[in-house]
Amino acid sequence: MPDLLEIKDLTLQFNSLRGTVKALDGVNLTVREREIIGLVGESGCGKTITGLSVLGLLPRPQTEVTGGQILFRGDDLLALGDRAVEDIRGRLVAMVFQDPLASLNPVFTIGNQISRVVRVNKGLSHAEAREATRQALASAGLRPDDELLDSYPHQLSGGMRQRACMAMALSCDAPLLIADEPTTALDVTIQAQMLRLLLDLRDDLGIAQVLITHNVGVAAQTCDRVAVMYAGTVVEQGLTAEVLKHPHHPYTMALYDCLPQGKKASELHTIPGSVPDLIDPPDGCRFHPRCVHAMEVCETVKPEPTRLTEEHWVACHWAEQQPGAGEGVPA
Amino acid sequence: MTSLLSVQDLSVHFAVKRGLSRKSADVVHAADHVSFEIEHGQTFALVGESGSGKTTVARAVLGLNTPTSGTIAFEGRDLTALKRGARRDALRDVQVVFQDPYSSLSPRMTVHDVVAEPLRAHSRLDGRELNARIVALLEMVGLGTQHLWRRPHEFSGGQCQRIAVARALALEPKLVILDEPTSALDVSVQARMLVLLEELQERLELAYLFIAHDLAVVESVADQVAVMYLGQIVETGAAEAVLHAPRHPYTHALIASVPSPDPERRSELGVITGEVPSAIRPPSGCRFHPRCPFRMEICDRVEPEPHDAGGGRLVACHLPDDVDLDAPPEPPAAVTEEDA
Repeated sequence: MPDLLEIKDLTLQFNSLRGTVKALDGVNLTVREREIIGLVGESGCGKTITGLSVLGLLPRPQTEVTGGQILFRGDDLLALGDRAVEDIRGRLVAMVFQDPLASLNPVFTIGNQISRVVRVNKGLSHAEAREATRQALASAGLRPDDELLDSYPHQLSGGMRQRACMAMALSCDAPLLIADEPTTALDVTIQAQMLRLLLDLRDDLGIAQVLITHNVGVAAQTCDRVAVMYAGTVVEQGLTAEVLKHPHHPYTMALYDCLPQGKKASELHTIPGSVPDLIDPPDGCRFHPRCVHAMEVCETVKPEPTRLTEEHWVACHWAEQQPGAGEGVPA
Repeated sequence: MTSLLSVQDLSVHFAVKRGLSRKSADVVHAADHVSFEIEHGQTFALVGESGSGKTTVARAVLGLNTPTSGTIAFEGRDLTALKRGARRDALRDVQVVFQDPYSSLSPRMTVHDVVAEPLRAHSRLDGRELNARIVALLEMVGLGTQHLWRRPHEFSGGQCQRIAVARALALEPKLVILDEPTSALDVSVQARMLVLLEELQERLELAYLFIAHDLAVVESVADQVAVMYLGQIVETGAAEAVLHAPRHPYTHALIASVPSPDPERRSELGVITGEVPSAIRPPSGCRFHPRCPFRMEICDRVEPEPHDAGGGRLVACHLPDDVDLDAPPEPPAAVTEEDA
C-alpha cells in the first residue's frame, strides 16, 4: 500500500523583483496513515510553502515548480488540473492555519461558514449541513449549541476560534490534516488543550497530520515522526525520539542546543551566522557556512539523504562518515 | 538599602464605555494589588498568559498607564506622586525594549537617529562625541559602523531587537524593562539575544524587569519570578524555587503545560481545562478557582491573601503548603480535602 502522502524531491522557486527565490530545494517527506509527522524549522525555511503546495494553494503566477512529485495515495497532485485539485482540497486534505482570526470570515457566523464548506464539498442540504457542522464542532471539542453556531468569530476567544477552524477542517472527514503552527497564537495552557485535541484526532478518528511548527517541544510531545527543515530542504527525518534524542545532522543538533531547557543564559549554545538569503543560497549543502563540521565537499556537493535506520535518514556529508551511519539497524 | 524599584499595592483599572450613549461603563481589572521589589543588578521576571496584566504593570512603571491606586517607588522616590517633568527626569534611569522590534522602531529613521534620539533629548552630547557614543552603543550590541545609516527594514528581527536594546542603553539606565524581548525571534536568534542580555547585565550592572510567557526563557535568565493570573500575582519568589517546586496550583499547571522538547519526558497536555475568564467580571474569591483542580469550598468566597511559604516565597492560595500538587484530588474528593 502506498503511503498516504509522499513528497519526492519537490523543488520550487518564486520569481520576485529582487530575483529568483529558490524557496524549496528538493524536499522529501512521507506521511503515513494515522500518524502525526512534525515539520520543524525556523522562519523562512519553507515549512508553510511545503504545506501549501500539497493543497495547490501556492501563490500564482510567481511560483514555479521546477521538479518533484507530490503523491497522495499514489496519485501525483502536481500533474492534476485545477478542478481535480479543488476536489481533493477539503475532502481529502484539509488545512488549519496559524492565525484563526485571519482564517475565519468576520461577517459570517461560525455555523454559516462551516456548513457552507460541507454543502460545497459533500453536496448536503442546509439542514443536513447544519447537523454535520454540529458534529464537526463536537469533534473539535466545542459544545455545538445554537449559540455557538450563530456567533461571529469576534465573539469567541482565541482558543475557541482555533477549534472552530479545526472543526471546519474536520467537517469533510479528510484523512489528512495539515496544521500550520496551530498553537503559536495561543497561550500555553490553551496550547496544551489543543495538542491534546490533535492526539485525540489521531487516536480516535485516525486522522493523519502534518504538524508544521517552530516549537521543538510541541513536536516532541505530539509527533510520531519528525522532519527537520533548513533553508528549503529537509535535512533529517525519523522517529521523534531518534531525531531529537540522537540527532545526526549538525543543524538539528545546534537547534536543539539553542533551547533554554533549564540552562542559564550564559550556558546557551548559539548558531553562528544567519539564515541565508534564498535568492543566492550557498552552493552544496545550504547549511555549510554555519556548520561546525563543514568539509570541503560540503561547499560544492549537495548531500543526498542517507538512511541510518529503517526510519531515520539524514542529508549530510559529515554524518555519513560517522560510525553507525548506514549500518541500517532496524528501528 | 532601598530597593531599586518597589511596587506596592498597585492597581490599574480601565473603564470600558458601552452602548450607544457611551455612558454605562464596565471596569477592566487589568492589575489588582500587585506588589513586588526589584534589587540592583537583578533580573525580575513577570510571567503569565495573555491578559494577565504583565504589560499593564510595566507600562504603569513607565508612566504610560495611570495607576488607580498604589505606589511605584524608584530608588525610594514615589513616581506616582511626581509632576510630569520631574517624573520624566526620574525615568531616565528606566528604559524599555518592546516585543515587536519592527513596530517599536520608526521605519523612517536611520539606526543613527534611533539611537541618537534619547541622547539628544536627555544629554548635551553632539557632533563627534554623539557619533562616538552611538558607535560604542552599537558595538556593545554586536552591530557596527556599517549599520549606522541603514533603516529598520534592512535588518532581520534579531538585529532590529539589538538596535532597540542599544537605544534603551543609550542613557545608561539602571533598570531596563524587557517586554517579551525574544517572543518574536526564532530559537537560534533568541539564544543569542539572551546571551547578549546576560553579558550586558554583567557589564553595566543593569536590573531587568523581564516580561515573558515562555517559562523556559524565564528560567534561563531570572533571579526572581512573579507569576500573574488575571491581574494578580499568585506566587512570587526565587526563580529556582518557584519554577522547580511551585506552590500555587496555577504555577504548577503553567509549568506542566509547557511541552518539553525531550520526547522521553511526557508533558501533561490539557490538565487545565477552560479558559482565562474576563477581567471585567473576575471570578469571586480566588480568581483561579473555576479552573483549579484543587478547588475547595472556601475558594469561591474568600480571596486568598499572599502568605509566606518559606524562603521568601509568597503564595496566594488557600491550600496548605504540604499538598502534593502532582496529585490533584478527584472532583468529589475536593470537599473532604479541605476538612483534612
